This record gives sequence, C-alpha cells and structure tokens, in this order.
Amino acid sequence: MENKDQEKESLYLKIMPYLEKYGILLLLVIMIVVMHFLQPDVFLSWRNVTNVFKQISWQSMLALGVFMVIVTAGIDLSVGSIMMLSLMILAIVAKAGAPWYIVVITPLIAGFLCGLFNGLGITLLRMPHPFIMTLGTLYIFRGTGNLISGGTPISGFTDEVRYLGHGRIDLTWLGLEKSQYLPVSLVLIAIVYIIFWIFMNKTRTGKWIYAIGGNPNAARASGINVNKILVIVYSLCGFLSGIGALILAGRTDSGYPNAGLQSELDAIAACIIGGASFFGGRGTVLGVFAGVMIMGILRNGLNLMDVSSFWQQVLIGSIIVLAVYIDVLRRDLGTRK
Amino acid sequence: MSSINQLLLEAKSVTKYFGTITALENVNLKIHAGECLGVVGDNGAGKSTLMKVLSGLYKPSAGSLFFDGKEEILESPKDSQNLGLEMVYQDLALAGNLPIGENIFLGREPTKNIGLLKFLDYKKIKELTDAHLGKLKINVKSADQKVEELSGGQRQAVAIARSTAFNAKVVIMDEPTAALAIKEVGKVLDLINSLKKTGVGVIVISHRMDDIFAVCDRVMALFQGTNFAESELSKTSRDEVIGWIMGKK
Repeated sequence: MENKDQEKESLYLKIMPYLEKYGILLLLVIMIVVMHFLQPDVFLSWRNVTNVFKQISWQSMLALGVFMVIVTAGIDLSVGSIMMLSLMILAIVAKAGAPWYIVVITPLIAGFLCGLFNGLGITLLRMPHPFIMTLGTLYIFRGTGNLISGGTPISGFTDEVRYLGHGRIDLTWLGLEKSQYLPVSLVLIAIVYIIFWIFMNKTRTGKWIYAIGGNPNAARASGINVNKILVIVYSLCGFLSGIGALILAGRTDSGYPNAGLQSELDAIAACIIGGASFFGGRGTVLGVFAGVMIMGILRNGLNLMDVSSFWQQVLIGSIIVLAVYIDVLRRDLGTRK
Repeated sequence: MSSINQLLLEAKSVTKYFGTITALENVNLKIHAGECLGVVGDNGAGKSTLMKVLSGLYKPSAGSLFFDGKEEILESPKDSQNLGLEMVYQDLALAGNLPIGENIFLGREPTKNIGLLKFLDYKKIKELTDAHLGKLKINVKSADQKVEELSGGQRQAVAIARSTAFNAKVVIMDEPTAALAIKEVGKVLDLINSLKKTGVGVIVISHRMDDIFAVCDRVMALFQGTNFAESELSKTSRDEVIGWIMGKK
C-alpha cells in the first residue's frame, strides 16, 4: 500500500513541474485549434496572425513588466499611465523637431524614471503595499501627461520613430508574396521576451526576485538587499512600459490622452491567466506570453465571429477567475501544511 | 570522543545591560570542535541574549569573544558569519517556492561567466548540493524538490544544511525540534550527531530534555543572566538539569 502511494507521489512529482511550466501552453494550443475550426479560412491566415501580434505588441510589454512585479508579491497599477506619459513626452519631443534617435530614446528614459519613482516610493516611503503607491502614480502620471500636452492629441511622427510599431520586414526574398511580411513588433516581442526569460531564470538578480516573492525574510536573512531588488524590478517595469509607448506611437502615429487607459488591468489579467500567483514567487515568462496570447486570440477570434465586445469582457473575466481557482487548487495539492 | 579538542569559540565574562536591566552578567561559554553544548534555562534566563551577542547582533556591554583563540569585536552578524559562526533560526528562513539547492545557496549562488555576463551555474549548485546533503546523510528525493513540498523535519534539515554549506565551524540552533512532529525529531537529532562528526561545534538551545540528552556532550544552565551550573552530560541527570532551570542545585 505504501509502495503504491510512493509510486503515485513520485509520478505526481514528475508530472507537476511540467504541468506547472507548460500547462498554459496546452490551453493556448487548444484555443488555436478551436478557433481554426470555427474560422478555417481566416484565423490562421498570414494576415490575421500578424494582426494578432500587432494588436498584442504593446500589451505584451506592460504584461511582462507587471509580471516581474507580481513575482515579488507586489502590484503595479500605474503601467498604463506610465505608457501614456511616456507617449506624450515622445510626442512633444518629436513635435519640437528633435532628431529621431532622441525621440526614440525619450519614452524609454521617461518610463524608466517613472518606474524608479514607484520603486523609491515603495521602499523609501515604506508604503504598506505597492498597491497604494502605484494607485497614486496611476493618477499622477496620467495627470502629468495631460498637463504637458494640454489634454489634446499630438499626431504625426517620422517613419524612423514609427519603425518598431509600424515597420515591416519584407520576406519576398524567401519567395513569399509582398503581403506576407513580418511585423517588426513581432520580432521585438520575441527579442524582449527572450532577454527577460534569461534575466529571470539565469541570473542571480532574477533568482532573488523569485526568492523575495517566496519569503522576503529568507531573502533578507541570506544577505539579499531586498529594497534594491524591488527598485530594480519597478524600474524595469517602467522601462518596459516605455517600450510599449514607443510601439504604440508607431501603431497609432499619435500621442493621445486616452492611451493605455485601463491597460494595467489587461496586463494583470494576462499575468494571472498565464499562471503568475498573486501570493508571489510563482510564474514564468513563457506563461505571461501565453496569457497575453490567450487574451489576444480570444478578442481576435470573437471579433472574427462578430461576437459583441460585451461578451469578450464576460469571457475574459471568467477565464481570470478560473485561472486563479486552478492556482488555488494547485497550492492545496502541492503544499504540505 | 577524541575529536573534542580544539577550542573554537569562547565567551569570557560577557555582560549585557539594556538600560537598567542586566540581561547577562559575567557569563562564560566555551565550544570545542565536534562537540555539542546544550544551553538550558527558563524564559528570560538570558539564552537568546547570549546567542545574539555571540552572533554579533548585540554588542556586549563588557567581556570579550575569542574565535579560534583570537579576540574579535563583532559589528554585525555578517562578521560572525565570516568567522564561521552560523545561526539556524526557529522560523527557518527558507523560500518555499525555490528548490532545496537554490535555498542552500541563496544569496551566495555560484555563477559562471559567459562573455562579460554572469549566469547562474545550475550544474554546480546541484553538484554541491548533492555532495553536501550526502555528507550530512540528509535523504531527499531530489535536490530539485521545492522546499514547500517538504515535511517540517526535512525543512529543518535543509535549514541546517544551509547553515553549514560554507564551512561553518560553529552552528547555533534555536529550539531545533520545537516545530516538528515526534517521528521527525529523531532524524534532526541524527543530523546534529553527523554534524558533530564533521568537526563542527554545535550549540543547541532547547527546552526538551530528550533532545539535550540525545545529542549533547555538555550542558550549561543560565539562571537570571548568570552561569548557574555546568556539567559533562554523563555526570548529571535529567532531574538535576530540570532543577537547574528552576534555580535549584
């Protein structure tokens, strides 16, 4: 009897890590297959697939930033506002006639500084929870963005500035048609996600981010400077929001006051669906990518089938609740009390 | 017990005041290589204060500490760690979401350079972990198992392994069996015994006479901040030690 139990347990131990790591990809594949059967002519066409990637491009940057914050058991509600402020600064600098390489760098620096502001506020002001600091900066950053722009859209950027969000990589040399191009934003997503996968999994700082989420006291007792790591995490989150602003500038050719409104909630949703735990210390970069894709494909698929956007809201909400419930069940099974 | 020879750590007439309160008065303590010293005493007898002085968390008001025969002044716990003294805390201080090996090396992970960048050396972490767990005869399914999947006794074992992974000479354990199921107590006590065999000096603070009499070579009792009694374990009895805790000789 005991032998059987042990066998069961060791099988469980072998399967669980894989299920935890790749289970969400399984869900993504199932969704793609289902959508393909529902919309066989359109869904997997070159045009639609690249469309999905273009649509998720800037959200995927916000989600990646929020993911790192969530791993530390924190939250960043200000990413949408950081993106909007960075976008407005970009627009103003562009309108002032700065050369394109300056224009391209400004949102990245602005985003980074906003994130640094969050990180320093949380650690130096000893806010009881990051929720409060970033709720404050959600208003502060968006208000600042409206103040500097007068609350009106600023449009018209040069092609260099728009390259990341709007550029196309021609594939005719592979014998493909002119319409079968690769969006630059897709390549950008891949590069950024690979870099951050390496950062989170292969470096000491990445490991310490997970350790802080698992048990901040253990991290402290191990000599890790927890506050320093938190400042780094929030700064990187702001930086990624700045990349999001640059992509959005390319896609819309405009800085506008409503940019990124409520997109912090989308970013959090993508992390949660992708398996990141609000309790901290748990989640993967691959999972966040799958979470972003699931939300993008759901919206795209339902649009293709002409389903009302109200249903999209209901469905995405349901998936969030379901995903977290699975996380709760997993914790019950996996943790010895 | 021929391995008991080298004096690793000595505290000489340590006194500690907190304002007008005298927490420790002229307390002496010695720990040798391969020896286990049990420290007993009632709540408020000064056990924790003494350990905090040894680990550098508190500075003594008077008295001195000798590591390997050399007098040292500790500014912080980091200093005592560098001298080879480690504490195993009661709340264990492990990150449940990380595997055993990564917990043991947390904050001191081995890295390898690829170009100009430093990356974690997982292979080395695993090798060092397996070797270290093997040396201490700690049985776990795999070094990759997450700590939250372990039992209380296994977690205590990992915490002890963590404290000794970097050539610790003296390990202080605060109530190492207090949070454990009865069947796991024995395993942790075995671990303390195998630790002694590697030449480490172990100081165990415990209320459980069973623990003291299973692993210690010597026992000392603190009473109201002073050395009250001390004896080789073989020359005393449970009843006598319990008497010391209550201040009776």
